[in-house]
Amino acid sequence: MRSALSEQQFPQYPAPVAIQPAPAPEHAHHPWLQHHFDNMEQQAEASTLGMWVFLSTEILFFGGLFMAYLVYRHASPEGFQEASHELNRFWGTTNTLVLICSSLTMALAVRAAQTGQSRKTQVGWLLGTMVFGVGFLGIKAIEYYDKFVHHHVPGPYFHWEGMYPKPAEQFYSLYFAMTGLHALHMIIGLGIMAVIAVMAWRGIFDEEYYTPVEVAGLYWHFVDIVWIFLFPLLYLIGGHFKG
Amino acid sequence: MDTTATPTLNYLNNGHGLKSWLLTRDHKRIALLYLWSVTAFFFLGGFFALMIRLELLTPASDLVQPDTYNKLFTMHGIVMVFFFLIPSIPATLGNFLIPIMIGAKDLAFPRINLLSWYIYILGGLFTITAALTGGVDTGWTFYAPYSTTASNSNVILAGLGIFITGFSSILTGLNFIVTVHRMRAPGLTWFRLPLFVWSHYATSLIMILGTPVIAITVLLVAVERGLHLGIFDPALGGDPVLFQHLFWFYSHPAVYIMILPAMGVVSELVQAFARKNIFGYAFVAFSSLAIAIIGFLVWGHHLFVSGQSTYAGLVFSIISMFVAIPSAVKVFNWTATLYKGSVSWDSPMLYAFGFIGLFTIGGLTGLFLATLGMDIHMHDTYFIIAHFHYVMVGGAIFGFLGGLHYWWPKITGRMYPEGWAKFACLNIFIGFNLTFGPQFIVGYLGMPRRYAMYAPEFQVWNVLSTAGATILGIGYLIPMVYFTWSIFKGEIASANPWGARGLEWEIPSPPPTENFLVTPIVTHGTHQYAPSHEVGIV
Amino acid sequence: MFTNFPFFPEAASEQAGQVDALYFFLVAVTAFFMALVGILVVVFAIKFHRKHADEVGVEIHGSLVLELLWTFIPLGITMVMFVWGAQVFFHMTRPPKGAMDIYIVGKQWMWKAQHMDGAREINELHVPLGVPVKLTMGSEDVIHSFFIPDFRVKADVIPGRYNTLWFTATKPGRYHLFCTQYCGTKHSAMIGWVTVMEPSDYQAWLGGGPVNGSMADNGAKLFQDLACATCHLENGQGRAPSLKGVYGSTVTLTTGQTVTADDAYVRESILNSQAKIVAGYQPIMPTFQGLVSEEQLLQLIAYVKSLGGNQQGATK
Repeated sequence: MRSALSEQQFPQYPAPVAIQPAPAPEHAHHPWLQHHFDNMEQQAEASTLGMWVFLSTEILFFGGLFMAYLVYRHASPEGFQEASHELNRFWGTTNTLVLICSSLTMALAVRAAQTGQSRKTQVGWLLGTMVFGVGFLGIKAIEYYDKFVHHHVPGPYFHWEGMYPKPAEQFYSLYFAMTGLHALHMIIGLGIMAVIAVMAWRGIFDEEYYTPVEVAGLYWHFVDIVWIFLFPLLYLIGGHFKG
Repeated sequence: MDTTATPTLNYLNNGHGLKSWLLTRDHKRIALLYLWSVTAFFFLGGFFALMIRLELLTPASDLVQPDTYNKLFTMHGIVMVFFFLIPSIPATLGNFLIPIMIGAKDLAFPRINLLSWYIYILGGLFTITAALTGGVDTGWTFYAPYSTTASNSNVILAGLGIFITGFSSILTGLNFIVTVHRMRAPGLTWFRLPLFVWSHYATSLIMILGTPVIAITVLLVAVERGLHLGIFDPALGGDPVLFQHLFWFYSHPAVYIMILPAMGVVSELVQAFARKNIFGYAFVAFSSLAIAIIGFLVWGHHLFVSGQSTYAGLVFSIISMFVAIPSAVKVFNWTATLYKGSVSWDSPMLYAFGFIGLFTIGGLTGLFLATLGMDIHMHDTYFIIAHFHYVMVGGAIFGFLGGLHYWWPKITGRMYPEGWAKFACLNIFIGFNLTFGPQFIVGYLGMPRRYAMYAPEFQVWNVLSTAGATILGIGYLIPMVYFTWSIFKGEIASANPWGARGLEWEIPSPPPTENFLVTPIVTHGTHQYAPSHEVGIV
Repeated sequence: MFTNFPFFPEAASEQAGQVDALYFFLVAVTAFFMALVGILVVVFAIKFHRKHADEVGVEIHGSLVLELLWTFIPLGITMVMFVWGAQVFFHMTRPPKGAMDIYIVGKQWMWKAQHMDGAREINELHVPLGVPVKLTMGSEDVIHSFFIPDFRVKADVIPGRYNTLWFTATKPGRYHLFCTQYCGTKHSAMIGWVTVMEPSDYQAWLGGGPVNGSMADNGAKLFQDLACATCHLENGQGRAPSLKGVYGSTVTLTTGQTVTADDAYVRESILNSQAKIVAGYQPIMPTFQGLVSEEQLLQLIAYVKSLGGNQQGATK
């Protein structure tokens, strides 16, 4: 019977492993080392790689929308141009600057954790990042409200004075889809920041263990970069500065 | 060292009660949670399939109304594709085996692993709710503008189910990729990895890069349907063909999510039951990656009759031809592995034989559809139904069942009745071919897919097909029965009942919670049965 | 109960023979490889069947020669398939000059056909034997697909655009017409018959139908009714360009781009009139979206076509 077959019946071929006694741990386990990792380095590498992989799926997630944008922009360039003129370039530029500042404070927060600066410094930079993030969302809300007032929200109440009502509605469909999805990522980012800030306040992060800050930073920078693509596509392309 | 004795404490008896299962972070327990759920969805999808086949016994629409029929095939497609085939091997066997095969204690992110199961169940609940509250009738492909404008069924709910489940698949893929990169035991170089791991690595690439695109696509369908934004409906200024591009950009690679893990299983089976290392390891390993990468560039072959430009058609046709090459390379290498092996005819090997034969048919008939002039006639007929069922059922399900039989003693610590297993395999093989073989013919005759009623001259083939489906259905029930029996009454399995080689066979059956009490140091590749230690890569 | 086991559909068009030849080639390749792999697996499984429980296989790592062989031989064969398939495809997608035009509109769940001389039919299509027929097809609602299995031709019928399909029938008779793109509840009832008649019978059939003017005549009437004629003056002095000789010609737009005035362009100009403005004119034309049906659109196009121009230039 198969199940009766045992290892001893096959002495002539080798096992693919040499089971060796575990090396004695060189020093005590770090309190934040999870049981299934060998050491802190492996744990940190796994977390950062995990975030990079996740960000690559995010690129494809936004990629679908960018694709739709390119196809429809190609189909009616004049309409998109006309529609984009109605966006508020001032608020768009301001928001871009706000986000760039938030990226800077985020980078400083990561550095603060990495170099083991005081928990107050760490929390300070994280809160700074959150303030910029909230500021961005506030400005976005002003812009959304403006679109709502002017009936530029696609749907049954959409109203367009210009020559290209259909493409304009499509532009605004994509505008709300893309910036809405981006804003959702910002909101999730703020939630992550809050958690990280609490962890920093408890003094968890030091030179040996700062992966959560680093990984949250990667996410935050990614969300910023998405905006860096959205801003020119939605606000700038199409001769905004000519007229 | 006695690592083979049945351990007193293993992952199954380490903690009892519902909570110890529902809150577990052990990849082996999560694999079992998945096994239960995908099996439930498989039989749900199978029930829909049986209803479809019974309706098609006669040309008229007599058993169910066309409206109900349309909902049946839609639910069959959605359940089978998103809730059975895609998670089937990766989330069960992959989840169970990948950490063990690479000598790790767990996946890199155990909590995310558990989260992915809950997300899967949540998506499943959405989809089942959609089915119970009126169903959805768009076909699993959700083509716009039918799905966004014309259909009056539960499209948004079903779409959300798919959207949510997609994230479970993304998280599984992410976990696998990080685990394979960062968690390998000392000495386990890339070229010593079991081919099962290679194929799951390739699968994971598709999961993380393809799934977000379908997620955004079904989201856009929901948005257009719910808010009347003009994305895909030409009446609102949209482009329905853009939907098809976005949909197939995921859904064609998704086919490889279904077949690649099965190929990985077959690579293991062929080696274990021929007691021989694979012929052309590097070619088999890289062909998985080639399939994953080329698979992303062929989606346009679903649009040959949609009026896309002739030149786009040419490009997609030739790239689709290329994807056949790595598949052919695999088949030939498996066959060559048998040469001068010590081939046993145990039931998992019978599934592997079945896989090789059926996948060869499935793959070659795929070439018909990649051939431009031929596809025009066959597009959306039963020929394509037959083709993808040969790949997904003859391929993916044969791989899944073969793998389940092979690793069953490792998972449960029990053997199943071999005689019944052989009988079930034969039953499934015959039932399968009788079901889908005739569909090639009726497809070339011109019977369109998704037809509740059909022309009388097609009936003879449909009767054969329905007869086959009945045999197939019984064939699937037999393993259910004897696997359940074996959990309680099966003979106790040793650590290595097959005399196979691989890290998973070096630890007790069932494995302890930590997998390896001592971290293994890997000295050479798996499935080396001959004495030499020095193993080159050819 | 079953008197026959049909294996092949009737080959009733010029295309059918070409597709069938390709099909037989593909079947032969499939059968060959199927037999090759099947026989090898069975022979190896029997010949190298495990003799005793301890037996192991011989260690063989592979062979570069074999790998190259079974990479490049299949590659060569698939390239033959590709080239052959592409040739058939090119033939199928390029209607010959002077093909007879018939216009099809798909809607849930019926096929409507209009012949140039005005005859109309539903779920039926009468075509003459031996004459190349070009179908221009649009949809009123969702995507459909027009499929005549015995002719081996098929094309999706997509709302918002025109797809074309052509064939030359070679056998008189009645053939199935199916919708192959799932389109809702009665998808499987969106079927009909294609009747192939001797050309003389076809002429008689056309004459026998209700006579309400040719498509172009109906289009001309619509052109007046919709007041198109008030701006599109024939002498070119109107607020809109003259349509005389426009069809198939190259038109320069305000953006400086040029387009060919084909069916799709005329259609877009009527429905989405602001999309492409001819150079030298103001974008003042109202949209006719929702005011003209798909069938009326086709009549307007037939009218514009009848005003002369490069008829072949607009054919794909």
